[in-house]
Parts: sequence; C-alpha cells; structure tokens
Amino acid sequence: MGSKTPLYQAHVDAEARIVDFGGWDMPLNYGSQIDEHAAVRGTAGMFDVSHMTIVEIKGSEAKPYLQYLLANDVAKLQESGKALYTGMLNEDGGVIDDLIVYYLNDAHYRVVVNAATREKDLAWLENVAQQFDVSVEERSDLAIIAVQGPEAIEKAQSVMTDEQKEAVAGLKPFVAAYAGDLFVARTGYTGEDGYEILVPDNKAIELWSALVEAGVKPCGLAARDTLRLEAGMNLYGHDMDETVSPLEANMGWTIAWEPEGRDFVGRKALTEQKANGIPRKLIGLVLDGKGIMREGQEVVVNDEVVGVVTSGTMSPTTGKSIAMARVQRSVDAEEVLVQVRKKQIPAKVVKPSFVRKGKSLI
Amino acid sequence: MSQIPAELKYVSSHEWIRDEGDGIVTVGITEHAQELLGDVVFVEAPEVDSEVDVEDEIAVVESVKAASDIYAPLAGTITEVNEELEDSPELINSDPYGDGWMFKMKIDSGDLDSLMSAEDYAEEIADE
Repeated sequence: MGSKTPLYQAHVDAEARIVDFGGWDMPLNYGSQIDEHAAVRGTAGMFDVSHMTIVEIKGSEAKPYLQYLLANDVAKLQESGKALYTGMLNEDGGVIDDLIVYYLNDAHYRVVVNAATREKDLAWLENVAQQFDVSVEERSDLAIIAVQGPEAIEKAQSVMTDEQKEAVAGLKPFVAAYAGDLFVARTGYTGEDGYEILVPDNKAIELWSALVEAGVKPCGLAARDTLRLEAGMNLYGHDMDETVSPLEANMGWTIAWEPEGRDFVGRKALTEQKANGIPRKLIGLVLDGKGIMREGQEVVVNDEVVGVVTSGTMSPTTGKSIAMARVQRSVDAEEVLVQVRKKQIPAKVVKPSFVRKGKSLI
Repeated sequence: MSQIPAELKYVSSHEWIRDEGDGIVTVGITEHAQELLGDVVFVEAPEVDSEVDVEDEIAVVESVKAASDIYAPLAGTITEVNEELEDSPELINSDPYGDGWMFKMKIDSGDLDSLMSAEDYAEEIADE
C-alpha cells in the first residue's frame, strides 16, 4: 500500500488502473491512455500530480540560497509569481533533480520537485540551507491538478469564481498567481497550454469533480509520459540523473553562466566539462519502420554502439515510434540504427521536440 | 474481474487456446493480459508455415507502455495469422477472444490436457 493523494478516491471511483509510482498509488489510465492523450492534444485533460513535492523556501537569505543551490539564476525572477525551470546539481555537475521554482518575494520562493526523488531532494535542500538564513518547509496540505490542452484554460476558468477569474486573467506562460485559495500557474508537462493548480487538499475533490463536469478528461500517468515525450521534455531518472550533467541532457539553456561571479553547486564541474569537451548529448529519434523504441535499447552507428535510448514510445499523435537517446557527442549521423528487440531498425536523428500545440514537428 | 470463457484453454503466459477440431487451435491473449498491457499499438505476427515448439517466443504484442512476448502454447505448425491486427491492433483490446485472435496452428498432438482450464487460469491470475 502506497501513499495516496487527496484525489485517490476519485480515481478509484472512475475505475482507474492504479499503479505504484515512487511509493504513491497513482492512476496509470482510466481505460485508454490513447484517448486520454488525444483529449489533451485536442481539447482538455487533467492529471493528479499531488504526489509531487512542494517546498516553501523562506527567510532573509532565500534568494542567495537558491542562487547557490540551483544552476539557473533566480535573480531572473522579478515579477511575483514568475517561474523558472532549473536543475539542482551535485558538486560533480550531475542532476540531483529538475524542478520549478516560483518567485513570491525576495524572502519567499516556492519550489516543486519530483515525487520519486522527494527524500534525497529534501535532504539536499536542508543540507545546503545550513549555510543560509532560510527555512525549508514541505507543504503536504496541497494537492496539484494539471489541466492541459487547447481548451484547458477556458474550461478551468469556467469553474472559477469571478474573483478567481480576474486573478488569473491574462496570466502569461510560466507565471503563477494566487486566486482565492488556489495557486494557479500557467505551466505544464505536455507541450500544450494550460494550468497547474495548487489547491488545499480538502478542496481537491470538489475542484476535480467540477472540472470533470466542465468536460475536462481525467488522464493517467501513462498519457502524461507519452505527452511529455512528444513535447521533448525530460523525465528525471530516465533522460537524466546524478551521473548526467545538464549539458548532456539538453538542459544547457537552464544553466545561467552570467554573472560570472555567481557560484552555484556544480559550476566548477560544468566549467571543466565545457572546457574539456562534453562527452555525450541527448538526441531525438524517429523510427523509420515497424517496431517501438524502448528505454535501454542500444543506438548503433557503423556497427558500433554509440549510445542508448533513455525514453521511447509509440507517439499517439504522430503514429510513429519516437525516442530520446544519449549518444557520444561525436555522433553526427542523420540516421542511426536502434536495436529494437531482435532487429536493428533505422531511425532519423531529430531535435527532441516531436509535437507542440497539437502539431507534429516530425 | 476480467472475462475467462469456460470453453477455452489457457497457459500461464496469458494466451488462450480454442480447439477448432482436426488438430487446429486458435490462439490469442486473454482479457486480463490486454488489461495489463493497455492500448495495443503493434503486433508482430508469427510466420505462417513455421514450425514451433512449446514456449517458443513466436510473436510480440506491443502496447504504448510495453512489449510482451507471445509464446507457442503447444508444438505444431502455424497455419494462419490474423492479418486484421496489422492495421487494427486495438482489436486485441476491444475483443480479445473474438476479432482479436492472433494465429491458428496445427498441433503435433491432439492432446490439450496439458493446458489449464478456465477455472485453473482464474485461480492463477487471482494469485498475482
């Protein structure tokens, strides 16, 4: 028996197939993951992501603490509610976790980290916090509902009060705002527009039910995975982990090198890696033939294994098998072979962004 | 509780076997198996006329989530494959015991007694 989110009973009532995910009993699908995927690409779907860990960072040194803790620079966040995606690195430059940090004020930031990495993340946050005047406080009293899709915003607003609607009106991408007792962020993990809504745990079922009434389709973790992979978004523990630097995981854009004077955990190692040559890179693959690429399969060029698939699936939107693979930096072939079960099948090398806003990019 | 038709035979790797008479059997995967797999998107069928032994890996059913090997439940020769599955692999989800059948084979021995009854199979999956 795993941990249960405040929405667990709603999933059971909807006859979801429940699986263990990082110690949590979570819905994998509510029937068909392909239908759920299509709802997010076509209209609106929603996910219970309450298993994710919300942490409040408060104190006079909240800003310098996060500037040291994170590879991206929270000094970029000036407007209240503005969010930043970043890696939290170890001294070797490996990714402890990827996370989103929201700026509330100079003495208060909110961080959302992955569920499966909760314990090590909290330990690391606490450890680094010892050098600063900050408090690190987990919020286990909030649920998170991600409403995603071209009609997500319209449908989510339809269940809000006038005051709440006013609070979120004109919210820009990657910005959040308080709306009554909700914290509404225009963020997501699907490549579609939408909100991630933080809601008090005792109001979560009510909000979920209202969204169902408004025509938002409940979606499970299986659809979440195909959606994020189509969008080319990394999944921690698969596309990167502590043995991989952000430079090897398409996360170079999340490293703030300027100002040069800002020290952050992992900076030295990343600087050395850049100077000595980054050994590997993360590429996108589209299979040219029948079969489905899966995590762990080998990537072959000229009879030599040059890398491995980190995430692979059948992409419901394009009908093709797509994957991300980590290969040697030197690989510049336009086509590689992937060892799919007993066969080597050609795959086209592409930028790992396969579908955006409902449209195939491949 | 998933459907387990009483008139069929089963193996623990979740294939069902229907006796068509004259040493011919039809094989597919059970409703329980398709539930575990989720949406099926690709089927690699066995080759017609190939001779197979018990528990040979002879086909693959892939869902969005995972690939699953299909094993020969008995020794024999493949006589026919369900070509509908090439374009409509989802038949395995919607009708696992009917239009979602996978292949037919001529078995070497007419004896199906080594296989599980519906009751045995129900017990087997209850323990999972």
